[in-house]
Amino acid sequence: MIELIAFYTFAILIIISFVIVVTSKNALYSMSALASGMILISGLFFLLNADFLGAVQLIVYTGAVIALYAFAMIFFDTARDIKESKSSKLIFILTGFSSVLLVLIMTVPLATGNVEALYPIHEGVGNSQDVGMVLFTKYLIPFEVTAVMLLVAMIGGIIMAGKKMDEGIIELKEELKQ
Amino acid sequence: METLLYVALFSPLVGSLFAGIFGASPKKLFTGLVTSGLIFASLVSSVLLFIHLYNGGEVVHVEMMDWISAGNLSVPFGFVVDNVSIVMMLVVSLVSTIVHIYSMGYMEHDKGFNRFFSYLSAFVFSMMILVMSDNFLGLFIGWEGVGLCSWLLIGFWFHKESATWAANEAFIMNRIADLGMLIGIFMIYWNLGSLQYDVVFANIGDLDITIVTWIGIFLFIGAMGKSAQFPLHTWLADAMEGPTPVSALIHAATMVTAGVYLVIRSNELFALIPDVGYFIASLGAFVAMFAATMALVNKDIKRVIAYSTLSQLGYMFVAAGLGAYWIALFHLVTHAFFKALLFLGAGNVMHAMDDELNIMKMGGMRKVMLGTSILMLIASVALAGIYPFAGFFSKDKILEVAFNGHNYILWGTLWITAGLTAFYSFRIVMLVFFGSERYKDFGFHPHEAKNYVLWAMTPLAILAIIAGFFEHQFFEFVHKVLPYYEFTEETHHMVGTLILVTTGIALTGIIIAVLTNIFKEGGISEKCKDNFIYKLFDNQWYIPKIYDEVFTKPYKELSEIFWKLDMKVVDATVDGVANAIYSTGENTRGMQSGNLSYMLRWMVAGLTIFLFSAVAYSYSDVLLTLLQGVAK
Amino acid sequence: MIGLEHYMILTTVLFMIGLYGVVVRKNLLMLFFATEIMLNAVNIGLTAISNHYGDLTGQMFAFFIIAIAASEVAIGLGLLIIWFKRHGTIDLDSLQSMKG
Repeated sequence: MIELIAFYTFAILIIISFVIVVTSKNALYSMSALASGMILISGLFFLLNADFLGAVQLIVYTGAVIALYAFAMIFFDTARDIKESKSSKLIFILTGFSSVLLVLIMTVPLATGNVEALYPIHEGVGNSQDVGMVLFTKYLIPFEVTAVMLLVAMIGGIIMAGKKMDEGIIELKEELKQ
Repeated sequence: METLLYVALFSPLVGSLFAGIFGASPKKLFTGLVTSGLIFASLVSSVLLFIHLYNGGEVVHVEMMDWISAGNLSVPFGFVVDNVSIVMMLVVSLVSTIVHIYSMGYMEHDKGFNRFFSYLSAFVFSMMILVMSDNFLGLFIGWEGVGLCSWLLIGFWFHKESATWAANEAFIMNRIADLGMLIGIFMIYWNLGSLQYDVVFANIGDLDITIVTWIGIFLFIGAMGKSAQFPLHTWLADAMEGPTPVSALIHAATMVTAGVYLVIRSNELFALIPDVGYFIASLGAFVAMFAATMALVNKDIKRVIAYSTLSQLGYMFVAAGLGAYWIALFHLVTHAFFKALLFLGAGNVMHAMDDELNIMKMGGMRKVMLGTSILMLIASVALAGIYPFAGFFSKDKILEVAFNGHNYILWGTLWITAGLTAFYSFRIVMLVFFGSERYKDFGFHPHEAKNYVLWAMTPLAILAIIAGFFEHQFFEFVHKVLPYYEFTEETHHMVGTLILVTTGIALTGIIIAVLTNIFKEGGISEKCKDNFIYKLFDNQWYIPKIYDEVFTKPYKELSEIFWKLDMKVVDATVDGVANAIYSTGENTRGMQSGNLSYMLRWMVAGLTIFLFSAVAYSYSDVLLTLLQGVAK
Repeated sequence: MIGLEHYMILTTVLFMIGLYGVVVRKNLLMLFFATEIMLNAVNIGLTAISNHYGDLTGQMFAFFIIAIAASEVAIGLGLLIIWFKRHGTIDLDSLQSMKG
């Protein structure tokens, strides 16, 4: 019962907020709607017994990513509304069709075939512990690679956005004084 | 001997190519000299070959090279010089040499001097191939070659619309006739498997008589076109648009006699089908009379001579049709001499009168042009057939032939025509050279032609006078190849009477011409001009008009319809294809614009299609059963 | 009750919205937002399947997708900042240097 109500609430709210993201003319509105959508998706994850993933979603997505977007918006002139082109019905139908198709491709084998769990959930252990067990044993290498990738992304982001990074901080202060 | 054959055959070609090099250059005298010299070389070799054959030498037969060798068909490039072809070769090379020398004077001021000699020598070459070839296909090649060269030469002054029209008319009419000849040649090959004269004529007797009749008819259709028999005769008169030397060479001596040559060459074939021969003779007689009537009233000097040629060709065909082949050949030879002389003389007159053709504007020109007038007088007397000139012997023999087979209608027609011939030839002489000097009213200042021109014409005049006396030697020489023609006893007795009667009507014609021209110039009173018969003759029996209405105009309409159809259907299709490709390119150019938004859209679209096709393919059998279930 | 189909339909709808946004949006920043939507939709789908079958693989996959999305955002925004500094606009049409 609770599940039913929770699912529908979350689902409808998520859809509404994401529609706002996609159709709004104001960048600020879009970003706020995106943030709310992320939080609600996290709620959905908790509903699906994926506790660890839900927490990660909250921290990484709504915390880091949205914050990153917010900082980026400081740079841009959001007061200026960018003209959107008239979207035709064709695009609507096209996107709908392709998304349906994609999902169908992915899930129809599931519906017909017998799927055996590769890394089954252990009963009695909490979800976080379960995830940890699988992550650090079976998925160790992807984990380490992901860590390296994040490092690279971070350095790249800093270099791209920073100014005059080849000078030391002393010289920068000198310039400011003058 | 073979060397002489090759010299005779190929020196005109060398001359033509040599002159052709200078085709676009201004006049260079040496092109005329070189080509005339080469034709003279051809004449000399022909004479040497003639002497060889006359002294009992054997026929020279060479096979130069293999030409067509496909499956069963084997046609080599072969040439034969036997008694018949050597006669033709002599006539052709002699008249050509004289015409070449004459042209150096006639075309003196013409811009296309070099081109003219190139074409003229090319014509001689084609004619040589025609008469020297030893198979039907070589004959046809020469046939086409002379047709082409005559087109080039008639339309020599191509800036003149009338000249190009006349050239096209000649070529197209010849083409129509050539179709018949080709069918004849095909039939010969189909039934006999070879096109060589000796093989064909040896085996022709084995064929079914109907087939031989058809072959004869078709070959004669080809001859009809070349020799301008009715109804394919209109081109000959219009061909006078070309320069006068062309008319002298082509339309007097050589090309138009190719048809007669064909019939003479195929005598063994025609001997098997006397009915076709009789038809040929009747047609020939009809044409003789028909052409003579048109020549009676015409005012254009060259046209009168052209109709006279037509008429004399009719005579030749009468002889050939009735089986007297050697007589036809003999008349061909004598006719070549005096007709060429007539044309060349007319050319002198025209040259003196600044290319004026109307005889009513000339008159009394013997005072200015004595040499030409004497030469033309000799030629006209020869044409009229008065003893002892050449025309008498040959024409008389033809009349005897007509009488011999009890073909009295033919004889009568030819007899009347002889009178008409005499009348109109002397009408020309009187109107041009005698009488009052009308040209002074029109402001012309005529002068005699150059001396060397007159000297060039003299051999023809001499031959026109004496050629008749060689009749017996000619007969002996030629009948080694051609069959005898037997005269019945009755005709032998009547020979004297016939000669008298013929000479009588010729003299009558001459006297009438002279008298009417002394009393009334032109010989025809004004009120006669409104006579229906006069109009009929003057408009060439309205035949060109009929052809125009019945054939030319509807064909032109049809062509226009097809042209429009072609534009709308064919052009539209081709343009449509091009437009489709172009517009496809234009419209898909947007894909590569570099606009990220568009590219994303295209990406999604492409992905959709790809996925859809993948799903449909892998689930095709499922989908198929599904669809069938739905359809039920 | 709530079965796998509900979650799958939700995934489809969200993916459609995201895709639509990608195709339509002219503002580059909005384009990134739409990309995020698509990634999140896929996460929901993966987790739902994982829950249905009692398998942890789906959750691991979603986990890694989140990591990748984060780094992608970092780099993408960095590039966007450089573009903005050079051209003064983040309109998608300004990205076009070919005349078409």
